[in-house]
Amino acid sequence: MSILWILLILFVGGVVAWISEAINKQLPRWLALSSVILAMLPLVSLMDGGDDISSAWLSSLNTAWIPSLGIQFSLAVDGLSLLLIGLTGFLGIISIASAWEEINSRVGFFYFNLLWTLAGVVGVFTAVDLFLFFFFWEVMLIPMYFIIAIWGHENRKYAATKFFLFTQATGMLLLMSLLGLAYFNWKATGVLSFAYEDLLAVDLAGDVERWLMLGFFVAFATKLPSVPFHSWLPDAHSQAPTAGSVLLAGVLLKTGAYGLIRFTLPLFPNASSEFTPVALTLAVISILYCAKLALAQTDLKRLIAYTSVSHMGFVLLGIYAWNLIGLQGAVMTMLAHGLSAAALFSLAGGLQGRLHTRDLRKMGGFWLASPKMAVTAMFFSIAALGMPGLGNFVGEFLSLLGVFSVSVSAAAIAALGMILAAVYSLWVMQAVFQGESTATSGLQDLNRREMLAYGAMMFGLLVMGFFPNLFLVFSDSAISGLLSLDQLVAVAKGRW
Amino acid sequence: MNEIPLEAGLLLATILFAIGLLGVMTRRNIVFVLMSLEIMLNSAGLAFVLAGARWGSADGQIMFLMILTLAASEVAVGLGLIIQMYKKFKTVDIDVLSALKG
Amino acid sequence: MFDSLGLLPFLPFLGFLILFLSGGGLPRRIVAVVGAGSIGLAFLQALLLALPVIENDSLVSQQVIYSWMSVGEFESKFGLYLDGLSSVMILVITGVGFLIHLYSTGFMRDDPSYSRFFAIMNLFVSSMLVLVLADNLLLLYLGWEGVGLCSYLLIGFWYSNPSNGYAARKAFVTTRVGDTSMAIGLLLLFTQLGSLNIEELMNGAETQWGLGSGYAVAASLLLLGGAVGKSAQLPLQTWLPDAMAGPTPISALIHAATMVTAGVYLIARTHTLFELAPDVQLLVAFIGLATLLMAGFTAMTQRDIKRILAYSTISQIGYMFLGLGVGAWSASVFHLMTHAFFKALLFLAAGTVILSLHHEHDIFKMGGKRKQLPIAFASFMIGSLALAAFPFTSGYFSKDEILLAALAIEGPGLWLWIGGVVGAFFTGIYSFRLVFVVFFGESADHHDDKEVTGFTMAFPLMVLMVFALLGGFIHPPTDFVFSVEEAHSEHSVSTLIHAIMIAVPLAGIGVSYLFYGARLWSADRLLEYSLAKKLHGYWFSGWGFDALYRGLFIKPLLGLADLNRRDFIDSIVATIVAVSEAGNGLLVRFQSGSLRWYVLSVVGGVAILLTLGGLL
Repeated sequence: MSILWILLILFVGGVVAWISEAINKQLPRWLALSSVILAMLPLVSLMDGGDDISSAWLSSLNTAWIPSLGIQFSLAVDGLSLLLIGLTGFLGIISIASAWEEINSRVGFFYFNLLWTLAGVVGVFTAVDLFLFFFFWEVMLIPMYFIIAIWGHENRKYAATKFFLFTQATGMLLLMSLLGLAYFNWKATGVLSFAYEDLLAVDLAGDVERWLMLGFFVAFATKLPSVPFHSWLPDAHSQAPTAGSVLLAGVLLKTGAYGLIRFTLPLFPNASSEFTPVALTLAVISILYCAKLALAQTDLKRLIAYTSVSHMGFVLLGIYAWNLIGLQGAVMTMLAHGLSAAALFSLAGGLQGRLHTRDLRKMGGFWLASPKMAVTAMFFSIAALGMPGLGNFVGEFLSLLGVFSVSVSAAAIAALGMILAAVYSLWVMQAVFQGESTATSGLQDLNRREMLAYGAMMFGLLVMGFFPNLFLVFSDSAISGLLSLDQLVAVAKGRW
Repeated sequence: MNEIPLEAGLLLATILFAIGLLGVMTRRNIVFVLMSLEIMLNSAGLAFVLAGARWGSADGQIMFLMILTLAASEVAVGLGLIIQMYKKFKTVDIDVLSALKG
Repeated sequence: MFDSLGLLPFLPFLGFLILFLSGGGLPRRIVAVVGAGSIGLAFLQALLLALPVIENDSLVSQQVIYSWMSVGEFESKFGLYLDGLSSVMILVITGVGFLIHLYSTGFMRDDPSYSRFFAIMNLFVSSMLVLVLADNLLLLYLGWEGVGLCSYLLIGFWYSNPSNGYAARKAFVTTRVGDTSMAIGLLLLFTQLGSLNIEELMNGAETQWGLGSGYAVAASLLLLGGAVGKSAQLPLQTWLPDAMAGPTPISALIHAATMVTAGVYLIARTHTLFELAPDVQLLVAFIGLATLLMAGFTAMTQRDIKRILAYSTISQIGYMFLGLGVGAWSASVFHLMTHAFFKALLFLAAGTVILSLHHEHDIFKMGGKRKQLPIAFASFMIGSLALAAFPFTSGYFSKDEILLAALAIEGPGLWLWIGGVVGAFFTGIYSFRLVFVVFFGESADHHDDKEVTGFTMAFPLMVLMVFALLGGFIHPPTDFVFSVEEAHSEHSVSTLIHAIMIAVPLAGIGVSYLFYGARLWSADRLLEYSLAKKLHGYWFSGWGFDALYRGLFIKPLLGLADLNRRDFIDSIVATIVAVSEAGNGLLVRFQSGSLRWYVLSVVGGVAILLTLGGLL
């Protein structure tokens, strides 16, 4: 039941926040903040049971929704989704904090969209009926579109439409594939069902499986994003308001990775297995190509967006390692990148709020005027470049370790991304904070609220870096459960 | 009983339809366009009634009733819109009212 | 409590935390006490821990603090391991580290970022201790990257000058190249041997891989990549001279005494692996030899006091690599230790010179300073003697051991020895060139500059002078670690060899005297020959490596980045957009907005369809 509560609180909280604007302009902020915090409370009770988690779901809920079509309203949580919901809640709070002063028009509607996006994401992480999953997949998209299109920067219409079209077009592929999957299940068993557990058991012919897998893969790879479906992201990020960037980078990208882990691999084991070389190649290209693109950017947010794609390449790499280490690495990278990218985007947003530009060429020497901000930026930059002791390193190292046993060349080439990460991270640091101080007299240092938010994220990354087991424990059973599914075991045996 | 032949009725319906269609195509005053539409709807209704009478089925009359209600609501909504348009644009010429031009 | 290994890296870390969290709000006195005091305490504890090991070098203590990460069959513990090798390292790190911290409290007293300086210094010492105490390679990698980060932060300490920032980035990225190779090495080792624990790895490698097996070659090559990057050896040496942009105590601590020798430590720590791959081990020797010669030539041509010392550091680490390559593990560690003493001494003395002369770096603008800067002069004399391996100074013993071990191996041993001796000749020249130019001869400028000194700056110099002179009589307790039968076969070496090894550095000093002391010969005259001028330019630029890498890597990368600034994949997407927009432009003509036109087209369409239906 507690999952339903999370969703309900977020959905209802959004509506209430919207309405409350009529009463007081400050009210929506507080209402949004309190409903996210409130929504996270049931999570704590779920985490308590985290010690004796078996491979089964921690908690689930199942009611009929459209029975004539075999569609159920069924939600379930395992360790993996628990971690990601936790991340969603945490970054939800961060994004509300980062929007606190930035968003001043139509405040109520903004927080409505924000909360509904969060609700959609939580739904995606918990739905175990494929149709319901698709429903939430769309729910998180539309409010995000509004966030970019209404509160974005100078080129917001273009960016929002691009974002919408990319996700919508590939979402249609997802819909067709899942309808196809349900159809073949119906043909085989005579029962029309969209339930995850039922569809796991479908036995598909080779070609059919390949095409359906491709539909799922493209949809998730666009969200992830991976080359060549990445080009919506830099535009969306550079135009979105800070809170939007935080949510996009921190949470929405992770739904793509989650989809790959939860659906693409187990539903289409044979086809995915055949697809591995392609996926690994895409991952390696994403890592290197986007790192190289990041080097050429002069728009700070665009640059961070490209580095995001580069880092998500490690997630893709880890997922297609087909072993526990690689998948756990992917999960860790998702969590750590969620925090570090969110922090970097909010720093970029903070700079934009103060300077009214994102152009790197107009920045420089801010260290003197705002040392706290500089140290914070330094922290997250070195987190992004994979410094051991911070979460990103754990994730990337485990991903590489997992892949190394599968494909030495993929791991070795991907590791070159770590060099490029150092190049661009430190270059940005110098371009923005070091050097001769320029027109920085008016640059305000971080205020209390910002310090609190960044402090929390730093703490999170440190804990992930030094005590990754605290997190890995949760996803361990989920991932090993996944890998021990009969179909996957059979495939894995066939491979090596 | 001296029945009116079906062909004659259908011919009437066709003529009515043609008159309506011509009205829609040529009239510039939107009120007349609406009236022409009504004529077309009624011609279709007449055809239904005729066909129903010919095969002794009630369906034709049911359809006519439906068309009647449809036409009534169309007039109601349509006239409402026309009044709004007139208030806003001070004209009822549909050639002037071409905001949907691509 | 004080026998806990975990406390040792924690003490400096605590210092870092206090300084970091206070955000520069503490008064300078307290910053100094916290900064230097934490290292002092760590040194005392290190003594406590290391003394038993020095007495009995087979003693090993271990402590697992917690399980760092475990996934499936992969587990890496936060485990510390102290044996003879790490004992030497912790004593050098905390001992020399403490002296340098003490010196810094004086050296940096006017700097506005006093607190930030000590915070990073403490973090550095902490990471370095983790590096040398780690019982597994992943934890070692944590320390390895940690010291790299601190090095980056400290090279760019004076961030407002863009060239410092550039030097810092260059250092980090260049070493990152090596680090990445090392990381791949870790992946290989774990995948093949199922563990990253150093002991298990070495045992596993010995039992599972034969002598000269492909895996051993690959793994040791990859680790060597990391070592070469960190220790500034060919071909990744270019970052160290530029790293001199940082404050001088940093150069003493990080870029001379401790961090740059981490590569030597790594190879010594994994020596079993290198013994399984003799070809790679020989490669280590040749890398060392090439580096020491190259850096020796370059050091003779530099004008900047710190760059001379930087190239001499590269050259001395080259000797250590030479020692590692010929299997003289103990000798290399011995040289690491003595080098830490005399090079820290030289850098700190250089710091005093620079500070006293208002940040003058060019040695040819100094001259005749021995009266004005007596302590610095004494330090430079002793440090340079040790550096040049003057008999019975510390450097003499350690360098001697390495060269003898090189001579002892078959095959290329003689060549390695000759190369090493030639290098020693250059060492004599460049070290005393510095001394003669700075402290003798005509006073060039700055007539009335007083030596900046005081207890905190003078005391570390005194202590280091003693160790630079007498450090050669300390024998590092590493024989057990390297299970040495490594016969110190001095009896088999003729007295001629000994005589040569003593005479050559003296000859170097003599040549240096003729050029720069007595000024009987003139270097400027030499430069009139075009060949000499060319060579000089070549050496002065560090053999043109910077230009080479700029052309080979940096320019192509930047060019490539520039070429595709707007992401050609995005332009494919843009093409789709453009095509549909063109289609829209065509079709939009049909949407005239005229209702009558629409009706007409509907009627026309129906008519056409009906006719078609009738015809078919």
